[in-house]
Amino acid sequence: MIRSLPNSPLYKVGYRVYVFLFFTFLVMPLLAISVLAFNDSDFISLPWHGFTLDWFFAATDEREGLFADEGLISSIYVSISTGLSVAAMATIVGTMAALLFEEEQFRFKGLLYFLALTPLVIPGVILGISILLTATAAGVHIEDNFGVDIELFRPSYWLVILGQFAFEATFVMLLVSARLKKFDRTLEEAALSLKATRLQAILYVTLPFLRPAIIGAFVVAFILSFSNINTTIFLVGSDPTLPIDLYSRIRFSSTPVLNAVSFMIVLTISVFALINFFVSRKKTPS
Amino acid sequence: MEIKKGFNVTFYLLIIPVLIWLITLIVIPHGELFISSFLVEDDLGEMVFSLGNYIEFFSHQIYWMTFVKTAIYAIGVTVLAFIVTFPIAFYLTKVASRKNASFLMLLLLVPLWVGELVTVYGWMVLLGDHGIINHFLIGVGIIDEPINMLYTNFSMVIGLLYMSMLFMVLPVMSALESMDDSLIEAACDLGASKWVIFTRIVIPYAMPGIVSGAIIVFMLVIGDYLAPNLLGGKNSLWFTEQIYNEFLSTFNWNEGAAFGFLLLILSSSIIWVALKLSGQKLEKVGS
Repeated sequence: MIRSLPNSPLYKVGYRVYVFLFFTFLVMPLLAISVLAFNDSDFISLPWHGFTLDWFFAATDEREGLFADEGLISSIYVSISTGLSVAAMATIVGTMAALLFEEEQFRFKGLLYFLALTPLVIPGVILGISILLTATAAGVHIEDNFGVDIELFRPSYWLVILGQFAFEATFVMLLVSARLKKFDRTLEEAALSLKATRLQAILYVTLPFLRPAIIGAFVVAFILSFSNINTTIFLVGSDPTLPIDLYSRIRFSSTPVLNAVSFMIVLTISVFALINFFVSRKKTPS
Repeated sequence: MEIKKGFNVTFYLLIIPVLIWLITLIVIPHGELFISSFLVEDDLGEMVFSLGNYIEFFSHQIYWMTFVKTAIYAIGVTVLAFIVTFPIAFYLTKVASRKNASFLMLLLLVPLWVGELVTVYGWMVLLGDHGIINHFLIGVGIIDEPINMLYTNFSMVIGLLYMSMLFMVLPVMSALESMDDSLIEAACDLGASKWVIFTRIVIPYAMPGIVSGAIIVFMLVIGDYLAPNLLGGKNSLWFTEQIYNEFLSTFNWNEGAAFGFLLLILSSSIIWVALKLSGQKLEKVGS
């Protein structure tokens, strides 16, 4: 049943078939939309009417391809810019949290660490409504007392960034902490004994060691932000992110351009995953 | 002593952003959620303290039935995710060659990174009345009429399972990776059957990973909105949909806050029970 033990042929074949079926199940939805993105039909599903690139490039009255659809292009842009902002903020604060909880001792550390972990067990929907309620209450309060209307407190681009940041900092913290646990603390002590300040030791010794984890965490945060819908849906204002835009299109007006967008996402992720795969394989030749 | 001096500056530099994050975006919003859930508008349009929102929940069957259904389905999907993915996690860590395993891992991660919306949409295309599966089945002559699969509990469970099961695979794999193969070899030498090896050795060994995975899967499923909304039918109401309706359709935010708070209590209490039963800590789940 493991590599080193012999097995009956039936068990072996049965197991392989199961693994094959599982991966078919996994790939099927992605494969389906990828193929249908090139179908020359006005409906999102089969039958196959021949190959076309219309759903990417067409710009006629009947068909509007992905690259001609200004709404889609703008929501992709919103998603990318949201993703970069959220990832940057989450990476900075998450790394600070990792350093704080791994290296410092202080009162109420346990309580604070527990709070930092709670986003793992708070459903995204609840985070979304909580932040919406709070921002609205704060906005109303400020308008009543100071007579200024602040956009940040209404569902908007900035509120989406705050909402996504709130839980993604936790993921960054965990990824960076995992690497920090492998850090040889004597390196930092050596820097300190050579008269570096603690801040210098962190900047010039600890952070370079953490760099791979920090870059990885940035990428994870970007991807989480790019695909988030549960939290975003309550906080989004007049400029939707890509998933919100796609969601309303799926509900109200499905055209094969949805397949084209999905295909582009699948393609980007797959290329990215393959690069990652070959780069990491080079590093570890085993 | 000079170490001590630098220590303080760094400490405040680190703790202040973390405190701002946790207090303004975690503590205050959930406090606000809690308070809002006890407020209702009286006849004069003033907000007053009341249990009305919770009474509303318990007095309407549709609300608490949805709540119970969501909890039961979420537990069911979690169990299903374990059953479906355990052989895969075992295969990837103990059976497949390293090269195959790392390629399959890649395949495993792509749906995760692509995001839930795209995969849910993929299932809509597959399962619809004119979808690919029906098209294929009619094409080969197995059926004459399309089978109604989309907008049922079946399609909803498929969607929930698909988007959550990978979060079971990863922690179980990391638990199994540290397991010494000689434990299995020894059991096999002593004549244990495969069933005994799995139920008495492998699964107990992987238990910490299974509990972590189960908690994450349960959390994702109970808080999911897309799969029930896009794949589920009229009868597959999910509790997050009720919250969504209160906030974005009927604009009764205080009722919605009460629903949100109930969902939060449900998810944290089930997770708490799971942690107690397995003797694990929340810190472990994260790592």
